[in-house]
Amino acid sequence: MGMETCVRRSFLKGGALALCGLTAEAAGIPRFLVRTAHAGPAGRRKALVAVFQRGAVDGLSMVVPHGDPAYYAARASIAIGAPASGKSETAIDLDGFFAFHPALEPIKPLWDARRLAVVHACGSPVSTRSHFDAQDYMETGTPGVKTTPDGWLSRGLVARARTSPSPFRAVALGPQLPRALRGEVGAVAMPSVNDFDVRSDVSAMASGVNARRGFEALYEQGVRDVIHGTGRETFEAVKMLKAADPRKFEPANGARYPRTDFGEKLQQVAQLVKADVCLEVAFVDIAGWDTHAGQGNERGQLAYRLADLSHGLAAFARDLGDVMEDTLVLTMSEFGRTVRENGNRGTDHGHATAMLVLGGSVRGGRVYGRWPGLAPEQLFEERDLAVTTDFRQLFAEVAFEHLGVPREAKIFPGFAPPRGTPLGVLA
Amino acid sequence: MRPWRVGLALVAVALVVSGCGTAPVASSVASPAIAPESDEHILHVLNRLAYGPRPGDVERVRAMGIGAWIERQLHPDLIADEAIERRLAAYPTIAMTTDDLFREYPRPDPAAVARRREEMLRGDGAPDGMAREAAPGEPRRIMIAAELAAARMERAVWSERQLQEILVDFWFNHFNVYAQKDAVRWLISPYEREAIRPHVLGRFRDLVLATARHPAMLFYLDNWLSTRAGLVAQAGPNRGRRLGLNENYARELLELHTLGVDGGYTQGDVVEVARAFTGWSFAYPQGDRQFVFRPRAHDDGDKRVLGHVIAAGGGEADGIAVIDIVTRHPSTARTIATKLARRFVSDDPPPSLVDRVARTYQDTDGDIRAMMLTIVRAREFWSEAAYRAKIKKPIELVASAARALDASVGSEPGLRSAGFQLARAASTLGERLFNAQPPTGYPDTADAWVNTGALLGRMNFALSLAQNRVPGVRVDVERLVAGADRRKPEEVLDRLLAVTVHGQVSARTREILSAQLRDPAIVRLTADDRGPANTDVEKLAALVLGSPEFQRK
Repeated sequence: MGMETCVRRSFLKGGALALCGLTAEAAGIPRFLVRTAHAGPAGRRKALVAVFQRGAVDGLSMVVPHGDPAYYAARASIAIGAPASGKSETAIDLDGFFAFHPALEPIKPLWDARRLAVVHACGSPVSTRSHFDAQDYMETGTPGVKTTPDGWLSRGLVARARTSPSPFRAVALGPQLPRALRGEVGAVAMPSVNDFDVRSDVSAMASGVNARRGFEALYEQGVRDVIHGTGRETFEAVKMLKAADPRKFEPANGARYPRTDFGEKLQQVAQLVKADVCLEVAFVDIAGWDTHAGQGNERGQLAYRLADLSHGLAAFARDLGDVMEDTLVLTMSEFGRTVRENGNRGTDHGHATAMLVLGGSVRGGRVYGRWPGLAPEQLFEERDLAVTTDFRQLFAEVAFEHLGVPREAKIFPGFAPPRGTPLGVLA
Repeated sequence: MRPWRVGLALVAVALVVSGCGTAPVASSVASPAIAPESDEHILHVLNRLAYGPRPGDVERVRAMGIGAWIERQLHPDLIADEAIERRLAAYPTIAMTTDDLFREYPRPDPAAVARRREEMLRGDGAPDGMAREAAPGEPRRIMIAAELAAARMERAVWSERQLQEILVDFWFNHFNVYAQKDAVRWLISPYEREAIRPHVLGRFRDLVLATARHPAMLFYLDNWLSTRAGLVAQAGPNRGRRLGLNENYARELLELHTLGVDGGYTQGDVVEVARAFTGWSFAYPQGDRQFVFRPRAHDDGDKRVLGHVIAAGGGEADGIAVIDIVTRHPSTARTIATKLARRFVSDDPPPSLVDRVARTYQDTDGDIRAMMLTIVRAREFWSEAAYRAKIKKPIELVASAARALDASVGSEPGLRSAGFQLARAASTLGERLFNAQPPTGYPDTADAWVNTGALLGRMNFALSLAQNRVPGVRVDVERLVAGADRRKPEEVLDRLLAVTVHGQVSARTREILSAQLRDPAIVRLTADDRGPANTDVEKLAALVLGSPEFQRK
């Protein structure tokens, strides 16, 4: 349905500079160099926002299995009160068995509108409890293989080839490029969309432009190395962003982003989406989930992190409005946490966790995945929530169904999704 | 680069003569000068064992001899460093005791913090960040980490003990703690001063022990809370509660500090190590916030760690026994050798070199100075493949740029912003000192640091530094090119390249810079247009510092 809304024009210059929804003049490029490219596969422009909860979120506090009696037995001080427990603050019931942590209240309306789904007991087939290995495995999409050079999102975007790749196909908000986006796709990392140009002193008007030209010439040399290559991409991106000017987009529909690092990043993702720079994947980190001590229950450390997450997601959905129909937000975390609370009212590194999927194409209002149970004999290695959904099954479904990555593309080498049992999270 | 190869053997020989790290220095400093030493050799050493050359450094090292220079850097106590020591008085918290820090920087009112958090989530109030965590006028405890970062940057630029500063950065990241985790805010400065600095060229085991017992690490990785299973708290907020084991420190000790993730330990080892460290705690929040062993919290049973049995009843010594076991493990020798070789040679260090450094580790019981000697004597260190193979980390780029332009601290009275501003610049490029949240610290390889946003940030920093827009940091590019005829732009460019990068740019880069001279914004014309009157040396300098070559070391 619908047309490709992102008008793609491109001209060739060393690599390719893509202009999406911009006039050539606006970007300072002579019109004769501009040709209209194919709009790509039929259908509307889809964007994915990947949110990485670094540090391993406790999925059992985020999406509470209040119907599993073993949950309350394992957690004397950090359990989230069951919806009917009569406490003043309790978990928010979803389906009689699962409930949201009370701090997720801002995104409950999205659940009610069936725009938000949960995949529980999701995780990696490799049981490493190292944050760093597990994050690498999740981002490369190759659990157990440390030599994979690129990320699953990069492979997915490369497989979903476009005739005119925009430098903003893949963007990480932050100073570093996450592993998931490293690779051939040439993703952009930007600490802030507001500050993405060469700035010279103000005394000479043309000074900044001149300095930029000087740097550009230095990086345009034919040297094939990571610095020169990245430099060339940088200048393409700078010019395109200047023309698109995402800063002019204020939050719409009364959306109010939390004034946190996460909130500010999501707001900038929304600006990039609205500025029509052909964004396909945005990557945002939210840290602080490694709750070994003093995790808290309805309130406390973890509740505050979850409130940051949910206020941010709710503002993002509200801000994008109709555009959410073509946007998907996927949360992920390297593993979950121990079922039993430890000696410090916290939890140690565990196995499976819960992931959230939010967007127009989501068959929401449901918790997906088989529940393995929390009774001692049901636990993985006698301590952790077992994995019943390989994270690659969920990621693959997102890549194929939402981003339109061709199914034959091997973006998860060595992984074959279980036959005949698609998760079906996406319509 | 023929002279490069010729010189190597000579340097290597001289260093072999100079003896092992523990040998008396006087004799090695007095060893015959090595000649000829090519510019490339000297630049390589200044880029790897120091934060890059200052104008004149190449000549100074040549006069002293590379071998003697390295020997001195390996014995930093023998290098006079008064100028920077005096400067550091501008950052009083870096010398304060833990007690004084807690007393003078009180905790903000929790209710006020909660209120500010609520406002932030609703989208009100000032943006997130540490700056506003205290009410106006209140001493801001964030200044403790900020002053430490400022001091670190000033030392990187102006300390004569360059290798020591490189190693402080290296080992801090290896034993990382995160400044924003509660009590670490106060403990971070004593941690660097007491647990890291004294041992950077000492024995690896001493580093492990010092960090294991330091309150900052005990807090950051939660070991201070870890107790034997079933202990019931007798007092405090947890009174009557059952406490128990916390695996956090034990796991990172094995995974990151010693054996490495593939070093051959199991989840069972993690639990046993955690049991051994139960009771290693510190007096907090009440008390003197120093290390304390809590016998009641300790698990007194026997433990089995990596095949070794630690007999029951060892008490506090159990942790020491673990440290002995893990620091003598061959996987630890490999992990440390790999990390050092990655830092000083290349992102993918040659296995032959890693083997030799690991052997040195084993032969010397983890003597860091001896491992450094193995590295600087190695063919692989001096190989053409290693020359300029590394990309500078953000703090390295910032410090090396300031050094290349011979920056000095501004003379405004009461000024202490130089370090703050340099730390801020590094933070904009992605390396906010003491704010790496995960225990891995900041990475040491190019793939983490080379990306569009960061590269743009580097160019912008080059511009602001060369144009004197970094408050508190003075550069005088006019002075750097003094002697060159300002009306001859090519001569100015040559002089600039000679002082800042010792002329080490590719022919193509030289050509491009030269082409810039035809830009009217760079070369200002005289009023009657008869010829160039002046050259915008600042912008040329910025282009040099922001160039692809300058990002390498």
